[in-house]
Amino acid sequence: MLTLECPYCGVKAEETELQPGGEAHLKRYGPGSTDEEFDGYMFSRKNPKGVHFERWRHAYGCGKWFLAARCTATLEVFGTYPAQTSEPPAELQAKIKAKRPNWEGYK
Amino acid sequence: MGMKRYSAFAIAKGAMSWHQNWERAWRSPAPKAKYDAIIVGAGGHGLATAYYLGKNFGITNVAIIEKGWLGGGNTGRNTTIIRSNYLQDPSAAIYEKARSLYETMSQDLNYNVMFSPRGLLMLGQTEHEVRGYKRTVYANNLQGVETRWIGPAEVKKLVPIINIDGPRYPILGALYQERGGTARHDAVAWGYARACSAMGMDVIQQTEVTGVKTEGGKVTGVETTKGFIGCDRLGMVVAGHASVLAEMAGFRLPIESLALQAMVSEPIKPAIDVVVMANTVHGYMSQSDKGELVIGGGTDGFNNYTQRGSFHHIEETVRALVETFPIISRLKMLRQWGGIVDMTGDRSPILSKTPVDGIFVNCGWGTGGFKSIPGSGWAMAELMARGSSPLTEEFSMYRFREGKFIDESVAAGVAH
Repeated sequence: MLTLECPYCGVKAEETELQPGGEAHLKRYGPGSTDEEFDGYMFSRKNPKGVHFERWRHAYGCGKWFLAARCTATLEVFGTYPAQTSEPPAELQAKIKAKRPNWEGYK
Repeated sequence: MGMKRYSAFAIAKGAMSWHQNWERAWRSPAPKAKYDAIIVGAGGHGLATAYYLGKNFGITNVAIIEKGWLGGGNTGRNTTIIRSNYLQDPSAAIYEKARSLYETMSQDLNYNVMFSPRGLLMLGQTEHEVRGYKRTVYANNLQGVETRWIGPAEVKKLVPIINIDGPRYPILGALYQERGGTARHDAVAWGYARACSAMGMDVIQQTEVTGVKTEGGKVTGVETTKGFIGCDRLGMVVAGHASVLAEMAGFRLPIESLALQAMVSEPIKPAIDVVVMANTVHGYMSQSDKGELVIGGGTDGFNNYTQRGSFHHIEETVRALVETFPIISRLKMLRQWGGIVDMTGDRSPILSKTPVDGIFVNCGWGTGGFKSIPGSGWAMAELMARGSSPLTEEFSMYRFREGKFIDESVAAGVAH
C-alpha cells in the first residue's frame, strides 16, 4: 500500500487518505499559446517508467495539495515536498540520483 | 510451413499415437535481418494486426516481437468481456467490427476461442445512468448495433441471483446487448499466433526492443536484445508500455499508464449465464466455463508500471458485487492480478500515423482492449498497408490538439 508523508501536517498518510492529481510542475498554457503548447500541457503528460513527480492531495487529512517523487517501476517513494515550488528541491534530486544513477535528472 | 488443421478427425487420429505427436502450434524462429513490417507486442492486438496484414493485404514478411511471452500482458489479464454498445459513432464502428469478427473467429483461425455470445447487461442504477443508457440504445440503433433497454423485471429474469432492490442503488433497468459475451482470452492470442506462424510470419518471444532506429525521419528498424532487426514499417502495439516505446522513437503520446486489477473466485456451479456490469457501484462479473466468477473493477488513480494495484480497489469492487449479488458474499477469491492499461484523455484508443515516417501506433485501449482485438487488428493492418483506414480515421493521436475527442469517458462510465 502506498504511503506518503504529508509535508504540511507530517502525517504518514496511506493511499485511501490521498487523492492523486497527476503530473507535477506543469507549465500551464492558455489563450494565446500555440496548439502544440496547449496539447502538450493538457494531454501529453509525462508517463515515465521510473522516476516521476506527481501532485497529491491529503484529501482526508489537512486537505492540502503537495508533491511527491515516486518510482513508477518499483513503487518506491523518494520523498514529498510542498507544492509551492517550480521544480523538485535540490536535496531530493540528489537523493534520487544516488538511488538511480541512470536517472537523467529533472527536465 | 502450413499447419495441420484441428478437427474432430485430427483428435481421433491423434489418439492413435496417444496424443504424443501433435506439432507445435507456432514456430520459434531466430529473427531475420530485415522484414517488410515489424509489430512490437505479441498480445492480441499485435498478433491480430499481423494476421490481417497477411490475410487481407498479402504482407507476410512480418515479425512480431515480444518482450515476454505471447499473450502474457493484458491479453491474458482481462475479464474477457466482448461488447460494442458504445455511444460515439467511431467507437461503435470499430467495436462492432471486432464483435462481428469474434463470431467467426474460431472458424477463421481453425482454433476454438470459445466465443460465447451469452448477452451483456449494463445496469442502470441512477436516473442519470438510465437516461445515459437509453441515449446509447438510440445511438446504437442508428449505428446498426443491436442493443435494447430492458426493465427490472426482465433483468431479474435474466439474472435470478441479482438483488434488484439494492441496499444503496436499486436496479432501474439495463442496457442489454444480446450478442455481447465473452471468449477465451489466451486462445485468441494463441489462435492468431498459430495462424501468423502458418503464413510464414515470425513470432519472436523473449526479445525486448531497446531502441528505434530512424534515418531522415523514417524508420529503419529496431534495436533488440537479440540485435538489430531492420524493417520498412513498424507497428507499436504494446498497451501499457506505449509511452516508453514512443520515447525511443522520439515522440510523446497522450497516454498515462495505470494499474487495473481483476480476480476470480473459487469455482461454483452455474449461477449466472450473462455478463453484468454495474458501473454506479463499480464492478462487473461473469462466470467462466470452469465455474469461477470473473470479477473486475476500476483502475488506480496514479501512474504505475508494476502490474500490482491498490488493495482498496479490490475491496471497493468486491463490496459493489456483494451488494449486487448477495449470494457471492461467502465465496473465496482464488486469484487476483493486475495489468497496466494505457489511458488517453478521452478514454478512446489511438490508431495513428506518428511524427516518424513508417511508424504506426495502436494503443490507448485503456480498460477496453480485449473486446476490440480483431477490429483493432483489422483496422491497424489497413492503416499500415494503405496509409489510411475508414475505421482509424477519427482515432489519430493528433485529435487532442484538434479538439476532436471521441468522448467515451462520459458515454461508458469508467468500467469498459
